[in-house]
Amino acid sequence: MPEPFATWFPNVANYWSTFLESLAATFQMFFIAGILVILIGGAFGVILTITKPEGITPSKPVHMIFEIITNVFRSIPFIILLIFLIPLTRLIVGTSIGVKGAIVPLVFGAVPFFTRQTESALADVDPGKIEAARSMGSSPVGIVFRVYLHEACPDLIRAITITAISMIGLTTSAGAVGAGGVGSFAINYGQNMHYQDVVNLCVIVLLIIVSLIQLIGNTLSRATVNKELFHL
Amino acid sequence: MIQIEHVKKTFHLKNSDVRALDDVSLTIATGSIYGIMGYSGAGKSTIVRCINFLEKPDSGSISIDDFGKVTSENGKLTTERDGKTVPVTEKDLRKLRRSIGMIFQHFNLLDRSTVFENIAYPLKHTGLSRGEIKEKVLKLLELVDLSDKKDAYPSQLSGGQKQRVAIARALANSPKILLSDEATSALDPDATESILKLLKKLNKELGLTIIIITHEMAVIREIADRAAVMENGRIVEEGEVYDIFSTPQQPITRRFVETSSSLGNIGKLVENHTVSLENTPRKKLIKLTFTRDSVGEALISSVSRKFDVDLSIVLANVNLIGTDALGGIIATLEGDPDHVSQALDYIQKSGVRVEVIDHA
Repeated sequence: MPEPFATWFPNVANYWSTFLESLAATFQMFFIAGILVILIGGAFGVILTITKPEGITPSKPVHMIFEIITNVFRSIPFIILLIFLIPLTRLIVGTSIGVKGAIVPLVFGAVPFFTRQTESALADVDPGKIEAARSMGSSPVGIVFRVYLHEACPDLIRAITITAISMIGLTTSAGAVGAGGVGSFAINYGQNMHYQDVVNLCVIVLLIIVSLIQLIGNTLSRATVNKELFHL
Repeated sequence: MIQIEHVKKTFHLKNSDVRALDDVSLTIATGSIYGIMGYSGAGKSTIVRCINFLEKPDSGSISIDDFGKVTSENGKLTTERDGKTVPVTEKDLRKLRRSIGMIFQHFNLLDRSTVFENIAYPLKHTGLSRGEIKEKVLKLLELVDLSDKKDAYPSQLSGGQKQRVAIARALANSPKILLSDEATSALDPDATESILKLLKKLNKELGLTIIIITHEMAVIREIADRAAVMENGRIVEEGEVYDIFSTPQQPITRRFVETSSSLGNIGKLVENHTVSLENTPRKKLIKLTFTRDSVGEALISSVSRKFDVDLSIVLANVNLIGTDALGGIIATLEGDPDHVSQALDYIQKSGVRVEVIDHA
């Protein structure tokens, strides 16, 4: 441990391994839940887009069901959702605490958000492109992957960036109710033991993570406007 | 041959129903260039979208070579196969669409794909190997004269080049029919010219049947063989392009024809009192139309010599319809009343159409 670090963060130095463990737990929750959110939320967003009355496979009932699911879970505050989902979480993963226990509510909390983000990214795809694809005999699946998702790529990256940042927030909130991670480290050691330096370090680390996500997201998004990232 | 019979289509909007197609029948010969013109909302886009079933007609039938006759009843499509009436599935329609190319006003290319990838789009997942696709795309690029832009992205191309890419893409599956939806309307005159030339070439070399919808008369004049004029979901006039231009029957057709001829300016001249509409026995404002049989005659000078009248030209215009000339002159005819009426008779007999203009 370098000298200045121990001076600035004396208490963190004492709990260094705990801090690293909580950081790892945060990343674990973040990545596992994040991938699920992108897959599920992305699928929801696509379904909402194509089942709209003017979509490529219009279906009122399907659209309504997904609309209701999205709206219901989006309107529940995350802290309430955490408690509300405890029985379901136990049912799915066997526990409601720790990293495992946090993933279920994280997914439920972030999917509606990402669904709406995806929907709005896909809505920006020029309907003319969809029509051209239809005129070339593309199937709905082909249109989703080869036109919608392909053309919306920069906007989707931006959506993923925003969702990722908000998920860092949700992950730390989940820490407050026993999920572990940086959130619970800040509460258990920072607040409960009155170690202000612990809180300070958590803030700094989160700030760095969020900035990095934003930077990577912006760069990738800009790099994919009107071109492919890798041209094979 | 494409045969459209009694096709009807109504769009149900929130507050009203819009009758986009009201009993439209059309026959388009194989290998021809067919123009459909009309103002926006006339139904011309809807009718071409019915040909590849991007829009499903409410009723009527459409028959296309190689695909057979598809009949619609209340939006349900059926066709005859082996003597039996069977429903037309989405899969059938996708197959049909692959045999009909379509190009658009705003090109509708994929912005995140290169020119090559755009043209390869309809070829993928059709069972062709990578090598076969590459060979085909390169051939198409050559056809539209864009071989050097293979790896460019659409954002790096001009409007005319984008439309060329779109044409190559539309032709990828070697269709027999090409639908063109206002394909030149977003282009500058030079690009329009070059795209029209390309379409003409494709029509000649590949025997492609091209259906062009446009609000620009000049486009129809330049390349179409036959044309239809649409208004309020109906076809109000149909025929050889030359006839439509030389003897327009309907008011809307006349308005269209005027937009492509400087004779349409007579209205403005009258408005500005440069020309008077007051016809007297001594002085008349006349419009002469020279069709392909009479276009070479020295009518004006011979009339003024023979009948001792003054013919002074106000406006004159010659258009090329395909390869045939169509001339028009607006002139004042002045002289002794007897001579004036004799002159008018003479002109009429000479095969030049003459009208006395009494309203602009």
